Amino acid sequence: MTFSPEFEQRFTEMLTHYPSKRSVLVPTLLYAQDEVGYLSDEAITEIAQRLQLTELDVRNVISYYSMLTTKPRGKYNVQVCTNIACILRGADDLWEHCQKKFGLRHKQTTPDGQFSIEEVECIGACSWAPAMQVNYDFHENLTKDKFDTILDGYKKKA
Amino acid sequence: MPDVNITVDGKKVTAPAGTLLIEACKTVGIEVPAFCYYPGLSLQGACRMCLVKVEKMPKLQTACTTVISEGMAVTTDHEEIHQARKSMVELLLGNHPLDCPVCDAGGECELQDMTFSYGASESKYTEAKNHKEEQQWSPVVFFDRPRCILCYRCVRVCDEAMDVAALGIQNRGSGSVIAPNMGDHLDCEECGMCIDICPVGALTSGAYRYKTRPWEMNHVATACTHCGDGCKTTLGVRRSETGMEIVRGDNRDKSGPNGDFLCVKGRYAFDFANRTDRLTQPLVRRNGKLVPVTWDEALTYVGQKLAEIRSQSGGASMGVIGSNRTTNEENYLLQKFARVVLQTNNIDHQRTADFAAFAAALAGRPDATASAREVFDAPAILLIGNDPTEQHPLLAYQIRNNVRLHKARLYVVNSESVKLRRQATLFSQIPSGSEAAFAAFLAGGDVANGANRDEWNALRDQLRKETGLVIAFGSELRGASIASLNKFALSVQGAKLICLADYANSRGAADMGVYPDLLPGYVPLIQGSKFKAEWGTLPDAAGLTLPGMVDAAKSCKLKALLVVGANPVFRMKLDPATFANSFLVVQDLFLSETAAVADVVLPAASAYEKSGTFTNTYGDVQLVKQAGEITGTKSDFEIIVRIAERMGYDVAKLVPFGSGSRADMGQSRGAQSGEADRHAVWLEAQGLELKMNPFDPTAVFDEIQRLVPGYQVSRLNLMAGNDQHTRLDQNGGGAVGDPALIQPANDGLFSSGSTGRYSKTLNTVMENRNRVEMPKVAAD
Ligand code: SF4
Ligand code: SF4
Ligand code: SF4
Ligand code: FES
Ligand code: FES
Repeated sequence: MTFSPEFEQRFTEMLTHYPSKRSVLVPTLLYAQDEVGYLSDEAITEIAQRLQLTELDVRNVISYYSMLTTKPRGKYNVQVCTNIACILRGADDLWEHCQKKFGLRHKQTTPDGQFSIEEVECIGACSWAPAMQVNYDFHENLTKDKFDTILDGYKKKA
Repeated sequence: MPDVNITVDGKKVTAPAGTLLIEACKTVGIEVPAFCYYPGLSLQGACRMCLVKVEKMPKLQTACTTVISEGMAVTTDHEEIHQARKSMVELLLGNHPLDCPVCDAGGECELQDMTFSYGASESKYTEAKNHKEEQQWSPVVFFDRPRCILCYRCVRVCDEAMDVAALGIQNRGSGSVIAPNMGDHLDCEECGMCIDICPVGALTSGAYRYKTRPWEMNHVATACTHCGDGCKTTLGVRRSETGMEIVRGDNRDKSGPNGDFLCVKGRYAFDFANRTDRLTQPLVRRNGKLVPVTWDEALTYVGQKLAEIRSQSGGASMGVIGSNRTTNEENYLLQKFARVVLQTNNIDHQRTADFAAFAAALAGRPDATASAREVFDAPAILLIGNDPTEQHPLLAYQIRNNVRLHKARLYVVNSESVKLRRQATLFSQIPSGSEAAFAAFLAGGDVANGANRDEWNALRDQLRKETGLVIAFGSELRGASIASLNKFALSVQGAKLICLADYANSRGAADMGVYPDLLPGYVPLIQGSKFKAEWGTLPDAAGLTLPGMVDAAKSCKLKALLVVGANPVFRMKLDPATFANSFLVVQDLFLSETAAVADVVLPAASAYEKSGTFTNTYGDVQLVKQAGEITGTKSDFEIIVRIAERMGYDVAKLVPFGSGSRADMGQSRGAQSGEADRHAVWLEAQGLELKMNPFDPTAVFDEIQRLVPGYQVSRLNLMAGNDQHTRLDQNGGGAVGDPALIQPANDGLFSSGSTGRYSKTLNTVMENRNRVEMPKVAAD
């Protein structure tokens, strides 16, 4: 399969940063996922070949990291933290609210492919709990209202 | 390495620097429990069972990853340690199904043992257990997820020891699960190492699962009957309707040259012996049809016919074809039978390597051959031809792990890009058929074609700098090429050679003189005076080779042919009518293509059903012990003796029974020297000396040890189940014959000549591979 020239440029550069090829695996997977939306079978085969790993090896690593996925998800992936600090500040209710609002459950995607939701472990924003991440953007000190406003913003973009 | 002193539970321990604490403890008999640690595999530190107290260290330490250091004081038995281990067991049992009563591992499970030792009978968990259905990953590998304790031994053995890397770990934490490389099934070498190494019953084998309880089996240590590598195996046997049935093969005690390794054939392909279509009654052709008769009838008939043909047409009109899978004693006896009873030198076997030329090249050169064990320790290895991964799985395993664990340098010269190139320091791909040219080049020749010149020159220079080089070569090299290779070996300090042949006792057939021109120990006929002294007169002229006998049969000159454990009609693609004018007697397990056209078929016991010795392709002789038993069959040994007897021959001359065994069963030096002799004298005085019958193979082994100097190995070690390296240098001069006589079988990992064709496991594995149309092994 072919990736974009930007991907190729990054990939070539990354190879020079690490002592061995296999070390490049995790960032490569992330970039590939950003580009394709998820880690397709073709992408896995391609990356395994480039890094001289077995496909099994690549899949093992993907399955280890919850940020990596082999299934397509929405254009906007809403990740609500339900770890300890956020729970103490109402993340449970927020997650309930999120599920109801979309009519989805953990790791499900809207039929139009725009949104998927996910319950995640600590995203490192405890000081501003409760927090969530939509793709790479952080949203903090959430309330249900604030959550709705933020999501409306994404809906407009969608 | 300098030694380091530590104390463990008050005992002083001295071990080389770099030793792991868990190993140091073993040397003084202290066993530290471990699930994930496995000698020879990379360290995992996952299970925390091996926790011990080390003075001046704040927390309990994992003995499996701690390297000893001077003055270390270690406690392995302490309340705190017990508590920690108990907690680990409790956690492991948290989601364990505890279906021990039906689990294959029940009774020999490390988790059961650990729970028994440390107890964790109560659990703080009240959550429902997570159930997952058992999965079948291949015809022989099954996985039961809930039983898995995530020690990752299977993943490491497959990746590191096998270089297949077919198993991985998906997800993480308590959700981790062992995964096969093809999503829901395996594409792998089916060696079963993962199943064998699994401490619990999570990985189970298609051949054995839910068949028996471990304590219902008897265990018999013997040798594998398939390829020429001679792995030691322990067979689990159980009574069955037909006699004794083999249900499992493994080598858990790591004795023998193979440690715990067995390939798919050794581990599962004993099943040909259990087939219900085994021959169990002698058959005699009457009115064109093979009909069952009693043993007595069949033997009498064969004896009379052979005696009649011998007196009418002479020994030269008779022939014998021997086997690559009968014991040394049987091979020896067969050629002696041919020479002294039938009075013919028309005896040969399907030669898969040129041992006669090998013996000729090495005559008089001591320490010129390497044992299977030495391959694992040699500093450097040169492999010419052959594909050990397919044809000599143990050799491949030894080489691979020598490179991995001891950093041996491997040089591979092959016409195919064989898998072992992955371990090679240097891989030279040469045109098919140019192996002989390469051997000549090594011996000092020059390269005719320019293409490889620089590469070959560099390789030869590098090889000459090695010491203790082990050179293994396939049947691509024969005759004069072997001599060239030996000439080169002489120029490398401490170099040793290995000649690779295909079957379990191919080497034994050659060593025991199943040749038309060589007596046991590669002694040419004209130099056979010591044999004549023992056996009486022998025919002097060289006999017919295997193709020679076939030609003689075609031209109606071969009046009688005895075929023992061979299938020339199939192997040589002969017209079944070839032997129409010969009195054909076949001893075999199944009604093979050759047996189907015989006049008399005698049902033979397989090598799992008899005793004796095998010599692997390296020259290591090993004990073969009877494990199974099929009612109605007889060992080839007994059949030959009985035929001789029916021919009116005095069997005491054939099998020197009645005497005691050689008196070297005790110490030859020191205070207790002579002990065994004193014991023998006492036994004799009490009338209790060994009473051997004419079917006792040890009587023939006595004669072998007497007449074949290369076999003068320690009888005591051999009987104790250890492989003993025989020597070629003290043998006769060998012979350099027609290279076309060498016909390698080219069996792969999943085939094994005629016995392999009758193995259900091998057949299902092959069918499965064809059906799934597997891509190449993922890691290849
Ligand atoms: S090759 Fe297959 S059978 Fe052998 S260890 Fe690997 S997965 Fe298991
Ligand atoms: S399947 Fe067996 S060997 Fe593999 S990780 Fe699980 S318990 Fe260990
Ligand atoms: S490597 Fe050869 S001797 Fe060893 S188990 Fe396999 S077939 Fe048997
Ligand atoms: S617990 Fe939610 S961001 Fe850390
Ligand atoms: S044996 Fe030491 S951690 Fe498993």
